[in-house]
Amino acid sequence: MRRSFIKTLIAGGMLAIGMNTAMAADITGAGATFPYPIYAKWAEVYKKLTGVGLNYQSIGSSGGKRQIAAKTVTFGATDSPMKGADLDKAGMVQFPAVLGGVVTVVNLEGFKPSELKMTGDVLAQIYLGGITKWNDPKILAINPNKTLPNLDITVVHRADGSGTTNIFTDYLSTVSKSWADKVGVGSSVKWPADSSLGGKGNEGVAANVTRIKGSIGYVEYAYAKKNGVPYLQMQNKDGNFVSPSAESFAAAAAGANWFSVPGMGISLVEQPGAKSWPITAGTFIVMYKDPSNVENSNAALKFFKWAFKDGKQLALDLDYVPLPDALTSAIETKVWSQIKQK
Amino acid sequence: MSSSPTDNGMMNQSLLAVIRKQRLQDFFFHKITMLFSLVVLFALVGIIISLLINAWPAFQKFGLPFIWTIEWDVRDQNFGALIAIYGTVITSVIALLIAVPLAFGIALFLTETCPLILRRPLGTAIELLAAVPSIIYGMFGLFVFAPLFADYGQPALQATLGQMPIIGLLFGGSMNGIGILTAGIVLAFMVLPFIAAVMRDVFEIVPSILRESAYGIGCTTWEVVRNIVLPYTQKGVIGGIMLGLGRALGETMAVTFVIGNSQRIRESLFAPGSSIASTLANEFGEADDFQLATLFALGLLLFVITFFVLGAAKLMIIRGEKAQGSKT
Repeated sequence: MRRSFIKTLIAGGMLAIGMNTAMAADITGAGATFPYPIYAKWAEVYKKLTGVGLNYQSIGSSGGKRQIAAKTVTFGATDSPMKGADLDKAGMVQFPAVLGGVVTVVNLEGFKPSELKMTGDVLAQIYLGGITKWNDPKILAINPNKTLPNLDITVVHRADGSGTTNIFTDYLSTVSKSWADKVGVGSSVKWPADSSLGGKGNEGVAANVTRIKGSIGYVEYAYAKKNGVPYLQMQNKDGNFVSPSAESFAAAAAGANWFSVPGMGISLVEQPGAKSWPITAGTFIVMYKDPSNVENSNAALKFFKWAFKDGKQLALDLDYVPLPDALTSAIETKVWSQIKQK
Repeated sequence: MSSSPTDNGMMNQSLLAVIRKQRLQDFFFHKITMLFSLVVLFALVGIIISLLINAWPAFQKFGLPFIWTIEWDVRDQNFGALIAIYGTVITSVIALLIAVPLAFGIALFLTETCPLILRRPLGTAIELLAAVPSIIYGMFGLFVFAPLFADYGQPALQATLGQMPIIGLLFGGSMNGIGILTAGIVLAFMVLPFIAAVMRDVFEIVPSILRESAYGIGCTTWEVVRNIVLPYTQKGVIGGIMLGLGRALGETMAVTFVIGNSQRIRESLFAPGSSIASTLANEFGEADDFQLATLFALGLLLFVITFFVLGAAKLMIIRGEKAQGSKT
């Protein structure tokens, strides 16, 4: 019922665009909400330059996968990458479009962003419910010379299924064996901490964190920055404490071997590098190798080619990290070459 | 009396034509209005059927134990409905426990003891409160009420009721202002104007001759209310409460804002939980096929709960009427 509703919605959208720009091929996409701001920005500028419109519906990652499987859109977008085997079975290819980072935010009076430090292990223990007070010796040990209050920790998570949760739990599973054993990775998991409560969307988590004293949560970096929610420094694999920034996200992706996994769905959490931000991830585009509408598919590739080359500053302005040139040319030769061209 | 037969025939004919026309009009009016009412019935049946069809995979997998299983594991696709049912029922009960006595007091004041000058503005204020959209209550709850409740309300409750033997468990745990109790209180704010407005309206229909006779034989205000107003308006009062309960059970946005959205049942009312409606609101967007079926099953259960609540209310009203009948 719901699916057919979305289909109608998208079909309606396509129809509307078809009427507006009857001459140009139309690109339609649907999926992840995390990259929506940059896709929308790219689409706006691209439309001005070329007259080709992009209609992107941010319906969520699983929605994006469903829509591309139902062939109602030219491309699907997802934060949690599809597995190589599934892609092969469906005759699809996948490539990253842009990178971003997840940050931990807190509500503690008197601390500036990046003033407090956190390690992956302690963060996992907090989210497991093992550490329940801010003045726990383990937190004090990584924040010497700081006085932390005797305050209950309230753990805030996403209440909806989310690519952000997928990235965050991927990180916790990588750094903590007990998290991997007890909880695992997923876009929605069973949160073990007694104090855990959920918010819907980045804004829901941010709203809870800013209201509840002593709370800790995780949101997209762009969201925390825009709303001035204080975030923590994290210890990366090299043992350095780093602040979230476009540079530290880019550093995390620098050494990544994207083609080590079929479908390029590699995990970018806990990457080596002195400046690497440990909770970094890519967001992905899924397309058919042999699309039913080759023209639209080609138009979408053209759009991404433009976005990769000329849309970099736009991405940086919105606190996303554009893909490095070496990677985008590799995507072009190794991935896009599999897509049928006219 | 001496009209000719032809005259009479003509009269009859024109009369017959009018009657025929009116009958036709009545016929169409009847059929069209019946169609309108049937559409409601079809919509109801259609909703139940589509919920059932969509929920079927979930019921097929979990069977009836789905209703009393405490589990909500999206990753392993293992679901039970009790957490959400518990949240829905408890928040609604809290809401009614707070709202009904208050609404009762408001309605009594407005109809029995209120100075005439105040009657209009107060009544209008209550009606306006009933018209406030639920998202406003949610925002008020999250941004205004929850922080105040965390700083003042919860410590006070924990220091008093929280120290009592068994009841104390209900007021334990960390106090962050968000949870089942907060959701219940915000719901109480929401349903209060509904219940108060209905109660006031039904209290007003008590014939003044009854009321004045009672005052005349020396009854106090309370005695008048207890023995005259309440028995006379019982049906309307229950109806008003049920209207409030119906809103409380299905309320989505306001509850999602303040209930905490945690899939667990804990003894403390301070702890976060989730209701059926909040679970649907949170998880519908990103649900995979099977989870979607489970959410439909939850929706169906909410439907069933509401249905039973309304049924019980009807039953109470019928019983009440019978009891009254046997008295007189």
